[in-house]
Amino acid sequence: MNVLPVGDDALLVEVSSGDEAQALHAELVRRRAEGALTVREIVPAARTVLLDGLADPARLASELTAAEVPPAPPRTGDVVEIPVRYDGPDLADVAAHWGVAQEEVVRVHAGTEFRVAFCGFAPGFGYLTGLPARYDVPRRATPRTAVPAGSVALAGPYTGVYPRSSPGGWQLIGTTDTVLWDHTRVPAALLSPGTRVRFVPVGPARPVEA
Amino acid sequence: MTDRALAVVRAGALTTVQDLGRPGHAHLGVPRSGALDAPAAALVNRLVGDPPEAAVLETTLDGCALRPRSAVTVAVGGAPCRVTVDGRPVPWGAPVDVPAGALLNVGAADSGVRTYVAVSGGILVEPVLGSRSTDLLSGLGPPPLTDGAVLPLGRPREPHARVDVAPQPAPPAELVLRVTPGPRDDWFTPEAVRTFTSRPYRVSPASNRIGLRMDGPALQRARPGELPSEGMVLGAVQVPPDGRPVVFLADHPTTGGYPVIGVVRAADLPAAAQAVPGTPVRFVAVRRR
Repeated sequence: MNVLPVGDDALLVEVSSGDEAQALHAELVRRRAEGALTVREIVPAARTVLLDGLADPARLASELTAAEVPPAPPRTGDVVEIPVRYDGPDLADVAAHWGVAQEEVVRVHAGTEFRVAFCGFAPGFGYLTGLPARYDVPRRATPRTAVPAGSVALAGPYTGVYPRSSPGGWQLIGTTDTVLWDHTRVPAALLSPGTRVRFVPVGPARPVEA
Repeated sequence: MTDRALAVVRAGALTTVQDLGRPGHAHLGVPRSGALDAPAAALVNRLVGDPPEAAVLETTLDGCALRPRSAVTVAVGGAPCRVTVDGRPVPWGAPVDVPAGALLNVGAADSGVRTYVAVSGGILVEPVLGSRSTDLLSGLGPPPLTDGAVLPLGRPREPHARVDVAPQPAPPAELVLRVTPGPRDDWFTPEAVRTFTSRPYRVSPASNRIGLRMDGPALQRARPGELPSEGMVLGAVQVPPDGRPVVFLADHPTTGGYPVIGVVRAADLPAAAQAVPGTPVRFVAVRRR
């Protein structure tokens, strides 16, 4: 593990893959829960875990530098199911990128167990991994100025669900009515790092009657 | 029953409710938020006898006007300005009793950017994840004040453990920001790293609660390509593709994909929050403590 100091009281721990970052994040969260680690924030990301608000970063840095990346944690806990209408405007483009029919995009996406690698971009937005690398897709050449809340989208190796309407450049493949973020709910975020997720196809939206 | 509330007569350019913010939720994509000039917010709370976690108002350059519906004690600090009650001048940086229905006017900042207004009992809007702060990046917390809005107030503590007057630092004529290098200084040319800590910058008018943007020499990258998204800290100096550094303030995104050349010491950020556009800035490299 490559440990980079960040300012006076934070460390950025760099590993070689997203899977290693998820394993390290799970281990650090476990150590904090045991009382063995005092830290304000543990923020996983694509290849790193940030530890912010450490009392003695230098000591932890030397400890982590000498340590091995922990093994991946067992897949325990409930799987969050998100019903999706696979009706996104970019479904055909994604099928073309994958070189398959649109129905196959739905079959593969709904047949995959995802895991929240990390969150960011907006409260409750999770970067979900699980699709094999051959299904990576680029972002849209021109981002949309407004992506509707509940849009299920792909970019790079990730799947995500827009918690609210916002600009965005991801490929939209579907829509869900599931509320990703509700600050009056406990917990506010449906998805947090480590959460397992499955997308469940539902029928097309009924046409709105005039 | 008294009507503990505050009517907003003039909201000003951007006035928000702020407290200590909502740290501890960065892993969910939730910015820390909170008063940008935290010492000033803490001080005005002390002046009215409120605890440090009480919510105050943070104005931006042109102040605001407020009409409390019950008698309150207020204190105005941070960026210095003219303060009046029903048109009569009252002290800045000291507790002031405002009668029910009187008009408190917090004038435009004489210097600095952000003036803080504490009202005894605190601003009692509904908290979100334990904080009443407005977060302008993600939209959490109460919306910025608008003319005609009414804010609920808490009950003041009795007895008042209040302070009469307290010194406050003047807003900076030149902003000196101490930075520790990294974590991604190796993404820049050695020349760019030298430029960053030796050439003068100026505060850009595009600055906001998310970041203090810089006008000045662009910093050249030594390596192309994208950095995979990684966690960001308060004070991180991120360098977007245009090469102009941005110092992350309280509403900064929790992850980002542009390299961070250095991190500004937390103790220097309150002054950064008071630096008006055009203020000269020097980044000074310091060793990690």
